[in-house]
Amino acid sequence: MKKIWEFFKGTLVLVAKGSKAYYTWLLFLLTLMTIGTFAYAYQLKSGLIVTAMRDQVSWGFYISNFTFLVGVAAAAVLLVIPAYVYHWKPIKEIAVLGEMLAVSAMVMCLLFVTVDIGRPDRFWHLIPKIGILNFPQSLLAWDVVVLNTYLVLNLTIAVYVLYQMYHRREPNKAVFNPLVLFSIPAAVAIHTVTAFLYNGLSARPFWNASILAPRFLASAFCSGPAFMIVIFQVLRKYTKTDIKNEAIFKIAELIAYAMFINLFLLGAEVFKEYYSNTIHLAPMEYLYQGLKGHSDLVPYIWTATFFNVTAFILFLVPQTRENFLTLNIGCVLIFTGIYIEKGMGLVIPGFVPGALGEIYEYSPTGIEILLTIGIWATGFFVYTMLLRVAIPILNGDFHVGDDGVTPVIGDDRFIVRRPGFVSGRSDAEADLEASA
Amino acid sequence: MKTRGNPQEDRPMPDTETREQRIFRLSRRKALKGLAAGVGALAIPGRKASALTWQDFLQKNFRELTRAEVETVIARLEKEYSARFKKDVKVKATPPIEGVLYGYGLDLSRCIGCRRCVYGCVDENNQSRDPQIQWIRVLQLEKEKGVDLEHAEYYYNPREVPAPGHFYMPVQCQQCRLPPCVKVCPVQATWKEIDGIVVVDYNWCIGCRYCMAACPYGARHFNWKKAGLPAGEMNPETHYLGNRPRPVGVVEKCTFCIQRTREQPGKYPACVEVCPTGTRKFGNLLDPESEIRYIIENKRVFILKEDLNTQPQFYYFYAT
Repeated sequence: MKKIWEFFKGTLVLVAKGSKAYYTWLLFLLTLMTIGTFAYAYQLKSGLIVTAMRDQVSWGFYISNFTFLVGVAAAAVLLVIPAYVYHWKPIKEIAVLGEMLAVSAMVMCLLFVTVDIGRPDRFWHLIPKIGILNFPQSLLAWDVVVLNTYLVLNLTIAVYVLYQMYHRREPNKAVFNPLVLFSIPAAVAIHTVTAFLYNGLSARPFWNASILAPRFLASAFCSGPAFMIVIFQVLRKYTKTDIKNEAIFKIAELIAYAMFINLFLLGAEVFKEYYSNTIHLAPMEYLYQGLKGHSDLVPYIWTATFFNVTAFILFLVPQTRENFLTLNIGCVLIFTGIYIEKGMGLVIPGFVPGALGEIYEYSPTGIEILLTIGIWATGFFVYTMLLRVAIPILNGDFHVGDDGVTPVIGDDRFIVRRPGFVSGRSDAEADLEASA
Repeated sequence: MKTRGNPQEDRPMPDTETREQRIFRLSRRKALKGLAAGVGALAIPGRKASALTWQDFLQKNFRELTRAEVETVIARLEKEYSARFKKDVKVKATPPIEGVLYGYGLDLSRCIGCRRCVYGCVDENNQSRDPQIQWIRVLQLEKEKGVDLEHAEYYYNPREVPAPGHFYMPVQCQQCRLPPCVKVCPVQATWKEIDGIVVVDYNWCIGCRYCMAACPYGARHFNWKKAGLPAGEMNPETHYLGNRPRPVGVVEKCTFCIQRTREQPGKYPACVEVCPTGTRKFGNLLDPESEIRYIIENKRVFILKEDLNTQPQFYYFYAT
């Protein structure tokens, strides 16, 4: 018990220490979080009328962000499979970073749902036994269960692995392996359930297509990993982290496959709607062409389509995939493209035209945007805190002392530029350098 | 006949300003004004919260309350509403009548689109006047196209109705036998009563609006802000599951005027009573002598979106 307490105190010391850049970054995030908090306070006081949501479009920007972030949380599984199922070393070293991203994304998801509901004071109604969770009838009840499970699962795995590394021990396989293996179907479950949440509504033909859940999964395996690739490069440039190029290129290759499936499924959907040309085509027409002169979403969805196709080509061709400039362009394109497609591009056409054919054009208000920025900042804050502890453990700067209790902290800067350091080199190159 | 009010009329909007610009301008101005004041609202319930607020906060789902607890809740609500509206407000919790299953008939050949029902409903059921909440929507349809919702016009506002070449179709909660809204509610805040009425416990709803996404008839409405209900216009005869004043942040819907129809002797729903053309019919589906049964047996009825298998208790028909 004392060991855990000392470890915990050590992590507190760690997060409080850092370079100027670290403090500046935290201050920046805290400022955005404060603005978001004020926006939320204002929304609580006035009601959701301060958003652009109305009876016609009863879910908007918050739920769009929520849906997208459930996808980002999948990043973990794309790292966990090569790391723990195939024991591929370059990724095994960094899988914990993916799990932490999943934790941060889940925190954001829960925050987005919280700010979207009309009576957050009644959240306890969802707790089984104390309140009433309508399980298994309501897919939202399922979502509450799987999202929270996934959050706790990833947090447990990450903390356990790091705690063992801190003690310079290997994780206990009997405990660890079942947890990691369980996290794979759990990642699939959060997507499937979130897709079913929309999919099960016969009132909304745009969502009521069985291709929705597969599309969710495919796009999730693009957006989360694309984010990871960028984060990995930032980490190895500004912190003492060694991430091999092979790991990054392998992830990029996996993204290319996922994006192909995503585009294929989208094509299948577009064909079915346009060729059969029933009244259920209307939402897709609204999205891609505009309906009766209403075309707010049209430029966005075409941008997203262009981004996704371009990124697919960049990631497919080995030359552009293994060139950091084009790779990073591809990552940004994918992240933005999926953000539009799986966010507003998915949620809004579900409501337009409405159940009785009415067209209401939704675009978020200033309050919705500020609140959303605040939640994203919170997510980055959580991720930064987690990384602040994880990275020194991974590179050996934070470990238990010789007495087996007191923590040893070898890094009190965290975010620093590392001039002259060549990251991403292969082991062979490193050996060559060492021998020279 | 003259129409009553276009839903859009009350919100004047200069032509030069788009909706987005307006929302942004309003929200920005309000944001600056309200930001500081709003922080206090974060604490729920705050230090100043009275015992009543705590009782309200901790109240169980209506269906789990004992008879004694229902009485306590009702006494508390009556006190709260009477103080707020400065009149003697009554809140009933009349249970379903045995052997009754409500059914509704709407004669499309008679409706002239005057919207009397829309406003009769608002007056009876204490909907918010600002912003406007209406449980009935009247669609103007083209005779040539028939019941084609994609070409429906909601904001029609001619000098006189019916407009040539058009017919009208009011839509409200269809009180489905297999209600998708009930199925999706994560906390069982909405359910179907044994007499067929789909109700909402406004004190249990968490405001997630999943039911609104699930409803194929646009029958559910959300309290986006605190209801604007002038004391003078407030109907003090209320039912817990029906027309009592709704709090902010919850969903509401048509209840076939539960506060009227469940009484003995009962009254017709307000929309049936106010309709000047006799378009609207209401009765007990289990009673072979009822008017609604006569209509089903002798006219040709249809239900809206029958392909979704929601099995409405709301029947449209053409009597002539």
